[in-house]
Amino acid sequence: MDLIWEGIKRALHLLLTLDREVLGITILSLRVSLLATFISLVAGIGAALLLALNRFPGRRLAIALVNTGMGFPPVVVGLVVTIVLWRNGPLGFLELLYTPTAIVVAQAIIATPIIAGVSLAALQQLPADLRLQILALGASRAQMLWLIVREARLPLLAAVMAGFGGVISEVGAAIMVGGNIKGYTRVLTTATVMETSKGNFDIAIALSVILLLLAFAVNALLTHVQQRNRQR
Amino acid sequence: MSGEILTVRDLVVHRGNVPVLALPALGVRAGSVLALVGPNGSGKTTLLQTLAGLLEPRSGVVALAGEPLDSRGARAAYRKRVTLVFQEPLLFDTTVRANVESGLKLRRLGAADRAARLADVARRFGIAHLLDRSARKLSGGEAQRTSLARAFALKPEILFLDEPFSALDAPTREALIDDLARTLQETRTTAVLATHDQLEAMRLADTMAVLREGRIVQSGRVAEVINHPADELVAAFVGMETVLEGIVTSCVRGVLTVTVAGRDVQALGEARPGETVLFGVRPENVTLALEPGRDTSARNSFRGAVVRLAPRGPILKVDIDCGFFLTAIVTVRSAEDLALQPGREVVASFKATAVHVIRRFPPACG
Repeated sequence: MDLIWEGIKRALHLLLTLDREVLGITILSLRVSLLATFISLVAGIGAALLLALNRFPGRRLAIALVNTGMGFPPVVVGLVVTIVLWRNGPLGFLELLYTPTAIVVAQAIIATPIIAGVSLAALQQLPADLRLQILALGASRAQMLWLIVREARLPLLAAVMAGFGGVISEVGAAIMVGGNIKGYTRVLTTATVMETSKGNFDIAIALSVILLLLAFAVNALLTHVQQRNRQR
Repeated sequence: MSGEILTVRDLVVHRGNVPVLALPALGVRAGSVLALVGPNGSGKTTLLQTLAGLLEPRSGVVALAGEPLDSRGARAAYRKRVTLVFQEPLLFDTTVRANVESGLKLRRLGAADRAARLADVARRFGIAHLLDRSARKLSGGEAQRTSLARAFALKPEILFLDEPFSALDAPTREALIDDLARTLQETRTTAVLATHDQLEAMRLADTMAVLREGRIVQSGRVAEVINHPADELVAAFVGMETVLEGIVTSCVRGVLTVTVAGRDVQALGEARPGETVLFGVRPENVTLALEPGRDTSARNSFRGAVVRLAPRGPILKVDIDCGFFLTAIVTVRSAEDLALQPGREVVASFKATAVHVIRRFPPACG
């Protein structure tokens, strides 16, 4: 119990004194996860719209793949991204392995199927004729897509929260493709793993508290946006 | 045909690879209302969506005022000139006001124009007090009123209506049909209405096309189709009621006199003298005799000749030409007693209360 209490006190101390290293780790975690979530948002909602509004051969297989992708083990994603970005790998010439960009790539791959899957379910909940109704009002195809997304905005924000939750808490792929390099690719989850393995539970708890606060703050903001437009 | 705003030639529509619609020709006159009637699965919705530019036909031509919709661009431009109201209201998750204005914004109308049109349609459909309410909080009738207001706000060159009342309860439907009939009449909007309700078609439409298995099996003026169904299946669908079109010559204390083919028919109802109305008489309410009855309460008695006798099990359907056509149902025994046969003169009678008057739009009694 003392251990936890000490950890919380240590976390507050690190936060209140604006510890440079912790601050750097926190900002990098936030930056990487938000960027990965944004990329996944564009790709995931795009894929969901494609699958929800069109009928084409192989569509069911594509939906099955998206649903499978929602449960991708991060270490498998980390392994694949590592191989692809390895010095002798297909994209090795980009020299992205052990950079924050590599973490963004891995996290985006993890979050895209999550956002696509939840978004697809949300879009399929809309009335089947809504797309035709919007076109019948005189909308262009781009206007129709925008209105469809707007109509599903509440569950789509839930998809964003699920995607962000998936990447901010992810550790396996981040360690594998980022390397947990101090001051460069060390994020909250990888730092927590490292401190725990070293027996520095107070710092590990402090980092975990910061991680929880961060996840809560972002989700609280998204929830606020989601609920703000609930109708009177 | 001249005066047709919408024309269709050799239209073939597929769903997947299955042909579901084949129409050699169809035309809609400007300012008129065409009812597409037929059972479920007959192709009404497919036809309506094709006419509205939402489905691409496999072959054939749909043309608005002579301009064919022969490309994706032409159909997109056409969709800005017409609109479609679905069976479900399909409102956006926002206020009633934003819903009514949504199509206007998509068509890039200015704020002043939007406000004027909003006020007009809100008054016509009785939703002015609902404008700031969430569309999610509306009753079924209010939601469909909003959907119709959204469509009329666009001032479409053609309005397509896909069974817009079928999900509503009877009193709500009646009130909404009245408002729609009045608005169609006042705005002279050309409309195509898909319905499986014969009375709805009679109240709203000028002409009717009966669809079956993706083909039009009969079309013409509403009363013509109902009175002279092309075959048994059309008859079964549109009903056997005698429907006549006449002009009201007087309206006194709720009793109308309607002149049809030079003969006066008495009916209960309210309408203005000079107004054209449709009225129906169910065949079981028509009695036949060889001479006019002296002690009868029936206000309508017409001498005519039997044209046709059609057996229907234990009864006979009898068509009589009284200057206009009436249909009666009698038992086989009565037919024998009256020696009914084609050419036989009879007197057909029915009460004023048995006449079902259908007004095209419902102003107060004059």
